[in-house]
Amino acid sequence: MNAPVNPKKLIKGATADWEVVIGLEIHAQVNTEAKLFSGASTRFGSEPNANVSLVDAAMPGMLPVINEECVRQAIRTGLGLKAEINHRSVFDRKNYFYPDLPQGYQISQYQHPIVGEGEVIVDVPGYSEPIIVRIERLHLEQDAGKSIHDQDPRLSFVDLNRSGVALMEIVSKPDIRSSEEAKAYVTKLRTILRYLGTCDGDMEKGNLRADVNVSVRKPGDPLGTRCEIKNVNSVRFIGQAIEVEARRQIGIIEDGGTIDQETRLYDPGKGETRSMRSKEEAHDYRYFPDPDLLPLEFDGAYVKALADALPELPDAKKARFINQYGLSAYDASVLSAERESADFFEEAAKGRDGKQTANWVINELFGRLNKEGRDITASPVSAAQIGSIVDLIGSGAISGKIAKDLFEIVWTEGGDPAAIVEARGMKQVTDTGAIEKAVDEIIAANPDKVEQAKAKPSMLGWFVGQVMKASGGKANPGTVNGMLKAKLGIDG
Amino acid sequence: MSVDQTTVRRIARLARIAVTEAEVPHLQGELNAILGFVEQLNEVDVAGVEPMTSVTPMLMKKRQDVVTDGDDAERILKNAPASEAGYFVVPKVVE
Repeated sequence: MNAPVNPKKLIKGATADWEVVIGLEIHAQVNTEAKLFSGASTRFGSEPNANVSLVDAAMPGMLPVINEECVRQAIRTGLGLKAEINHRSVFDRKNYFYPDLPQGYQISQYQHPIVGEGEVIVDVPGYSEPIIVRIERLHLEQDAGKSIHDQDPRLSFVDLNRSGVALMEIVSKPDIRSSEEAKAYVTKLRTILRYLGTCDGDMEKGNLRADVNVSVRKPGDPLGTRCEIKNVNSVRFIGQAIEVEARRQIGIIEDGGTIDQETRLYDPGKGETRSMRSKEEAHDYRYFPDPDLLPLEFDGAYVKALADALPELPDAKKARFINQYGLSAYDASVLSAERESADFFEEAAKGRDGKQTANWVINELFGRLNKEGRDITASPVSAAQIGSIVDLIGSGAISGKIAKDLFEIVWTEGGDPAAIVEARGMKQVTDTGAIEKAVDEIIAANPDKVEQAKAKPSMLGWFVGQVMKASGGKANPGTVNGMLKAKLGIDG
Repeated sequence: MSVDQTTVRRIARLARIAVTEAEVPHLQGELNAILGFVEQLNEVDVAGVEPMTSVTPMLMKKRQDVVTDGDDAERILKNAPASEAGYFVVPKVVE
C-alpha cells in the first residue's frame, strides 16, 4: 500500500529517517479435539508421545484423512476476516528434514489455499482513524513436533504430541508500519479468532505465534530486503523484535552494508535478533500436491450455512455498543475486546443506563479484576449485582462514594446490594432537615473558616468535606453543596 | 530440460541421500533420461484441461472431530533407535 507516510511512524537513523515495513504470518492452532489428519488428541500437557497415532509418527503405509471440523473452522475464520473462500483448495507437501517432522514433509497448502484475500480493521492506540491490514491468504497445515535440547549435552529429545495438530497460517500483506501497529493487529486478530471460537489464542501455550517479516526503506523507496523473525510467542515480544530488528537493519545500511535475506530468531533475554539459518542452507521446499489427498471441495450452500451461523464479531459489537448504549468509542472497544466482557456488560446494562453501567464495569470491576489478576469469568461480583449497584446510584439511594464501599462489600462478602444498603444504613440522606442541621453545626464550629470562605470561594470544598464526613458519607453531595453556598454567601 | 552435475548434487543433498562423486555422472544420465521421457508429455495440448485427481469423480473423505487414537507411546517408540522417558532421542540438533 502506498499511502502517504506518517512522519510520526518513522525511525530516526544517523543519516536519514527510515520507514519500517512489516508483514506477519500468524500460526493459529485450530480449536479441535483431534488432529488435522488423524484421530489423536490435541490436548495440551499430555505425557510425551501420548497424543500420537501411527499417522502422526509417519509409519509406512499410513494415510491422512482430514478432520472436517478443521475445514469448518478455517472457513469460519475466513468469513470473520471478510475474506474470499475458495471452494476448491489443494494440499501440498512442503519437504524438509528435521527430527520433529517424522514425515520428512509438512502437509500444507501452497498455490491453492482454502481462504484468499481479506482484511482486518485495526484500532491503534493514539490514532484517530483505524488502519486496515489486508490479508493475503489463510491456509491449513500440520504443526511439527517439539524438540527439547537441554536434557543432554549431546542429545535432543523429541515429543510428537503436537505433530499433525491443525494450524491456520494467516498471512498479512506488508501493510504494517510500526511495532505499535503490529501489536494492535495481532491483538485484534486474536480477538476475532476468540470470538469465532476457532482458536483459543493462548500464546503462552504456543497456540498463537507469529513469524514477523521486517524490512526498512527511505520513505517512497521500493521495498527493502526483508528478514523473517521466526516463532515469536507474545504480543510484547513481537513489538520488541520489530524495534530491535529495524534498528539492526538501519545500522547496517547506514554503515554502507546490505541486508541479507535470512531467517532470524529473537532472543528476549539479550534483546537481539540473530541469524538462524545460513544462506547456503536456504530451504528449497520442493512443494508438490500431496498424492494421498484429493482436492478439498465444498459448495456455496456449505459456506452460506456457516456464514449465517457466525456470532456477532468485534467490529459489529463495538458499533452496536456505541449506537445502542451511547458509549464512547474507547469504552465500546474495551468492552468488546473479549466476548465474555461484552456479554457481562450487556447483562449488567439490561434495562438501565448503559453509560453508567459501562463506567462501573470498566473502572471499578475491570480495575479490581486486573489488580487481582483475575479473569471476568472468575469475577466474584455478578452482572446482576453490578446492575443493582448502578440502580441504587441512579435512584439516588446511595452516593457515588458509598457505592464504592458497597462494591467492596459485595466483592468480599457477596449478597444483594439493595439488602446490604438497607441492613447497614448506607442510604444517602436527602432529608434536607438533617443535612441542614449538620451544615449549621459545621458553620457554627468554624467561624474563622467562614470568614476566609467569603474572600476565597474555593474554601467551599473544605466545608462540603466536613459535612460529608459528619454524615458518614451518606449526605447527598448536591444538596450539601447548594445549602453551603447559600449559607456562606458564595455565588454560582 | 536437463540437469547439470551441480543440480544432481543439490537434489541429493536436499533429499539427504549420500551420493559419491563417482555416482554423479551416472545419476545425471538417469535423471536426464527421465526428464526427456516426461518432456514428451509437453507435446500434448492440454489447454483448458483440468488436471485429473481421481478416475471416478469423488469428494475427499473426511473424519469427524473425535479422538479415536493415541495413548500408546510405547507402540509409537517401539521402532525408535533410541528413546528415554517417553521421548524419541536423537543426536543433538540446535539451530
